[in-house]
Formats: sequence, structure tokens, C-alpha cells
Amino acid sequence: MTSSTILSIVTFVYGLAAFLYLAGWVFEKPLAGRMGTWTSVIGAAGNAAGIILRWVESYRMGIGHAPLSNLYESLVFFSCVLAIIYLVVEWRTGSRVISAFTAPLACLAMAYASLSPNISDRIQPLIPALKSNWLIAHVITCFIGYAAFAVAFGLSIMYLFKQEGDDAGQEGLSARLPSRAVLDELSHRMVMFGFLFLTTGIITGAVWANSAWGRYWGWDPKETWSLITWFIYATLLHARLMRGWHGKRIAVLSIVGFMAVMFTYFGVNLLPGLHSYGAVG
Amino acid sequence: MGRKAAADGPFTQIWKFFSSVKLTVVLLLTLAVTSIFGTLIPQMGNPAQYVAKYGEFLYRLFSLLNLFDMYHSWWFRLLIMLLTANIVVCSIDRLSSLWKIVFTKKPRFNPKQFHKVPTQVDFKMDAPLEKVRDTYASYLAKAFHYSRVEPSGKGVCIYAEKGRWTRLGVYIVHLSVVLLLVGGLIGSLFGFEGFVNIGEGDTVDHIRLRPGNQVQALGFSIRCDDFDVSFYDSGAPKEYRSTLTILEDGKKVLTRDIIVNRPLRYRGINIFQASYGTLPSNSVKLRFTDRASGMVYQVRAVIGKPVALPENRGTLVINRYNPSSEFRGHPIGEAFEATLKIKGKPDQEILLPLRFPSFDKMRRGDLVIAVAGFDQRYYTGLQVTRDPGVPVVYAGFIIMIAGCFITFFLCHERVCVELVPAGDKTRVTVMGTSNKNKFGMRRKVAHLGEKLSRLKT
Repeated sequence: MTSSTILSIVTFVYGLAAFLYLAGWVFEKPLAGRMGTWTSVIGAAGNAAGIILRWVESYRMGIGHAPLSNLYESLVFFSCVLAIIYLVVEWRTGSRVISAFTAPLACLAMAYASLSPNISDRIQPLIPALKSNWLIAHVITCFIGYAAFAVAFGLSIMYLFKQEGDDAGQEGLSARLPSRAVLDELSHRMVMFGFLFLTTGIITGAVWANSAWGRYWGWDPKETWSLITWFIYATLLHARLMRGWHGKRIAVLSIVGFMAVMFTYFGVNLLPGLHSYGAVG
Repeated sequence: MGRKAAADGPFTQIWKFFSSVKLTVVLLLTLAVTSIFGTLIPQMGNPAQYVAKYGEFLYRLFSLLNLFDMYHSWWFRLLIMLLTANIVVCSIDRLSSLWKIVFTKKPRFNPKQFHKVPTQVDFKMDAPLEKVRDTYASYLAKAFHYSRVEPSGKGVCIYAEKGRWTRLGVYIVHLSVVLLLVGGLIGSLFGFEGFVNIGEGDTVDHIRLRPGNQVQALGFSIRCDDFDVSFYDSGAPKEYRSTLTILEDGKKVLTRDIIVNRPLRYRGINIFQASYGTLPSNSVKLRFTDRASGMVYQVRAVIGKPVALPENRGTLVINRYNPSSEFRGHPIGEAFEATLKIKGKPDQEILLPLRFPSFDKMRRGDLVIAVAGFDQRYYTGLQVTRDPGVPVVYAGFIIMIAGCFITFFLCHERVCVELVPAGDKTRVTVMGTSNKNKFGMRRKVAHLGEKLSRLKT
């Protein structure tokens, strides 16, 4: 079995996990939620195994390199980190509802990687610009950051969905969500975690750019968009810590921040720049 | 407020303006939004293309707003300067009061502050107060950076804390941002960025700057000994490699291979593999065919030097190589231009296209001349930069990561363990606060309570 086959299966495993979590939340079936957790664990393990196998395959082909070199490989890595993060959050908070909002994202990312006709899953040799140890550090840190922001995004959506007031006065789907205070705090912690990794990702990218092109910052569209993302989350952190913003406004900023992440990731490929190897193809 | 502002001097008012976090939020969002323009409009392109793309009116408007090189425009720099001033003033403003709190010898503890915390751990210890106090005091002294015992209303309080210094974390991040900007400024004042193409075997001692195309002397010479490009089976490039020799006053100093991602650094100047191309070699293999006898002669000719024609007919000089030659308005691709000097005839300019070996037949001469072989040599395209600000920027990078980690994940934790005598037993209350991560602190207090209740007295 090749890594591509395993990773295609993982897409459906994540899909099943998302369905189970949603069923557990909507129909109030704890068993479905528990099955969702175990399905996610299997999905994340398969995802990690697929990445490792792909690495081994590239060495067998004589062009060995870490599987972090194109859009397909980055999406696969992103899904894996996302699944691990939401499983950890689920374990630490004991709330499976959160996963109902994040597991679909992992499934979507994998589906886009595996099923989109524009994305090649072939293992390709590294072009000269990518032959650097900074590639691994840069891609790993960036995508841990992106995955954390994705979880924060899920939490912020939940926050906006959750009705105000005590759980006692609430009915239905909203009542089964964690309290607004918990969602707010958790999403804040995810943003802090993501911000540290985004910062490190931008910095490793800058150091790499300096060793490859002789400049650490060149206002290339990808660089600029990562900085725009950084500005948005920096605004969120300052508004929250220093100006006492809470709740809805922070949730909206976190959603805007994740939109910027998405644009940095996908949208920039529509613009001219040096990061074209992240492009569809 | 209005009266007070009027009473303040202009300096105080400016200081107040820059010490506002509202300003930070506004500046960060403004920078985020304006930065988008530069990613949508290609930067530093040529005016003709801009006019074609946006039309005359928008072109003028965008030029007026410096949108074609917006990241170096006065207003973008002003925004960055305002943000820097904001960061510096905010940090000084808050640090001056924080400094005393952080570097105090005897931290102040306020019992009321602890009693407000919702989660407290209560239990009873089966020992008299003095014994419990001594055991706990020595345990907390080990587990925390600072601790002290103080009598309280009904019994004793043991205060302990750690991580007071982590309150400085956010200022470490601010310092790093300032370092990045200072490093960037040093780079733009004292650094340069340029490029140079060197043919295999050629030597240069100057480069062209970007932007502006001015000449910049290097103070030493670079010779390209060799350039190689290798490809994968798929046709994708695998490696670009230049062998460079550095010469000082004509003397060889060092020879090194550079590839993409492995530049050569010499005397503060960095030399990067950036591009490559081909140059004509200065020697050509020519084939002469005698129309009458059908005899074929092969001769090697060096550009600019005459070669003898067969059977003593005269000489031929190859004048130059033209990569995109034309014949009567039709492009004929790569060709050599030559002068034919046949005895008893006027000199004749002829074209020898590489793609059409029988082109010269059209001349209807006694000899048909064609290019039989032509070696190309590579030139290597080097990016040459100097940036004395890099060490400052890198220091900023390291400090920024460390500062973010401290700010987000370490906190100033304070606990208060209150001991109240209850007969021959002791009632223990464990309370704790932290400057961030309230949820995490609850878990820690619970954990500490459990540890303390199990200690043997």
C-alpha cells in the first residue's frame, strides 16, 4: 500500500470522525462522540503513518526528502497537526463538542489534498531553492501555527453560536456547548500558541531567505500576508490583554485572523511571488 | 479630563498620545490593511505596464500614493515609525512602575486578594499548627522562588511565589521588535543589494546595484572558474553550482563552490547563486565546401582573428555572434556575422546562421561556408549583498521567540497557605493567584493542596 492510498483513506476516516462528533452533539449521543474520538485517533495515526511512509518512499526513489515540499504534503501535515491538537484539547477539557467544529476542518484539508484534480500527490524531487534544512523548520512551525489558529477559529465560531446566559436557561444545541467563558479562554490560549509558532515560522522563513537570496525580508506577497496575519493576531492579543476586549469582538477578530491565514496559505498563490512552489500543480 | 489635558505641557500630551494601547490597535490594523495593497499591485514594475493595466488615471493616482513601491514610501515608513514610538513609549511608561514590583527584595502580599479566588482547597492536618507550619514552610521554600511566613488574624499565613520576572516577558518582545527595526535601518543605510553576471573564465571587481543599476566596487575580484547545471530525469533543475575564486590584487585568496542555499561570504559581502545563462564561446568550427570539387575542409576560427580560406583563396574573419539575427526582416535565430575577403574581389559581409547550414549557398560563391560546431559557455548570475544589520536582526529574532514564550506560557504565580488552629489539629486553606492563565492556576492549586495534605509532619 502506498502512502497516497493510506492518506486517501485517512480523508474518509476524518470524515467519519467529524460525522460521529456532530451526531454526538446534535442527537445527544455520548457513544457517537466517544466513537468520534477513537476514529480521530485512528485517523491521526494513519495520517502520521502516511507521512512517514511517504518519507521512506522518497528515499526509495533516490530523491529522499522530508515530505513537506509542496501543497499536497503541507495539507497532509496540516491535517495531522490539527487532529493532534483537537484531540489534546478534547482530552484536557473533556469536551467532545469542540471537536465537532474542528474535525470537519481536518477532513476538508485532506479532501482538498487527495481529491482535488489540481493537486498532484506525486513525490517530486526538490528544486535547488528548497534544498535547505530551514525548509523543515519553516514548514513545521508555520503549520503548527496554522493548525492552532484553525482550532481557535472553530472555538470562535462556537462562541458566536453559543447563546448568552447560564446553561440552565438554554435549550438544545447551544446548551451542550461549553460555557462562553471556557470557549473564550480556550480560544485565547490557542491564539497564543499559534502566535508563538507563526512568529517562529516567519522568523525561520526569514533566516532561510537570507541564506538563499541574501535578504531576510523582501515584501514578497507571501511574506507580506504572513505579516498581515501576524498584525491581526497581535491586535487581538493587545486588545484582549490591555484593552480588556472579551467575547464577541475577540471571536470576530479570531475569525478574521483565520481568514488571513487561509489567504496566506492559498490566496497568495494567485499573486506573483517566490513561494510559487506552494502553488496548485 | 479636558482641563487636565490643557494643563499638561505639549511633551506630556505627546507622551500620553503614544502611551495609548488604542493607538497600538489602530496602527496594527492600519498596517495590516494597507499592506494588502502592495500584494495586489505588483511592486516596482515599469510604468508602461502599469498604464496598460490600470489606465492613465489610476496610474497617476497610485503613483501619487506611492503604491508602486509602497513598502518604501514615506507614509508606510511613517506608520512603522509611529508604531515604534508607540512601543517604546508604552514600554517605558509601564516598565517604570513595573520595575519596582519585579525587582523588589520583599514582595508585598495582600491576603484579601487571595480570599477572592473562587477555588480554594481546604483540609485538616492531624498535627499542631507549629509543626504543620515548619513542614510547609520548608516545602514551599523549596518549591518556590520566594516564601515567607507571616502571622495572620486567626493563625499563620505562608506566602510563596515564583516567576515574578516573567512579567517582563512582553517588554522583551517589544525590545525585539525595536531591534528588528534598528537592524533593518542599519541595513538600509549601510548595506546594498546588487547582481553581476560572470562568464566562465571571466573576472569582475564591481557589481550593479538594485534598484538604480549604479556601479558598486567590491574591493576585491571574483572569478567564475566553472558553472554547472544538472537536471533530474523529469527535466526539473537539480542543482546550480558555480566554482568561484576570490582574488585580492590579482592574487588568489580562496576558491569555493556555491549552490543555492549555500552562499559564499567574504569580507562582509555575501555572494549567492541566483541565475545563469549562456554566452557564446570565442571559437567556432567552420566547414568549407568547395562547390566545384565537392571537397570539405574543417577549420577552427577564433572570433576577430582571420582564418585562411582553402586553396589560398583569401581570408575570413568572424566578427561577432548575434543571438537573434535577421535576414531581410526575417528572424533566423543565432548566427555569426563574418567578413569574407577573397583575393581580387571586394570584401563581403556574410551571415552564418546556426540553424541553416546551407544558408550560404544562396551567395552562389565558389565556397559554401557553414558553422559546423560552436561551443557555448555558461555565465553565472550572482546576487551580491551586504547587510551589516543582520546580526542585530537575528538577535531580535531570538529575543522575540524567547519573549513570546515567556509572555504566553510562563506566569507569575503566588500562593497563600493559611493555617488556623482547630483544637490539636490544623485547618489548612490553599489559595493561589496568577497574572494569567486562571484555569491553569486552579489546577495547580488543587495539585498543591493534594501534595501538602500528604506531607508527613
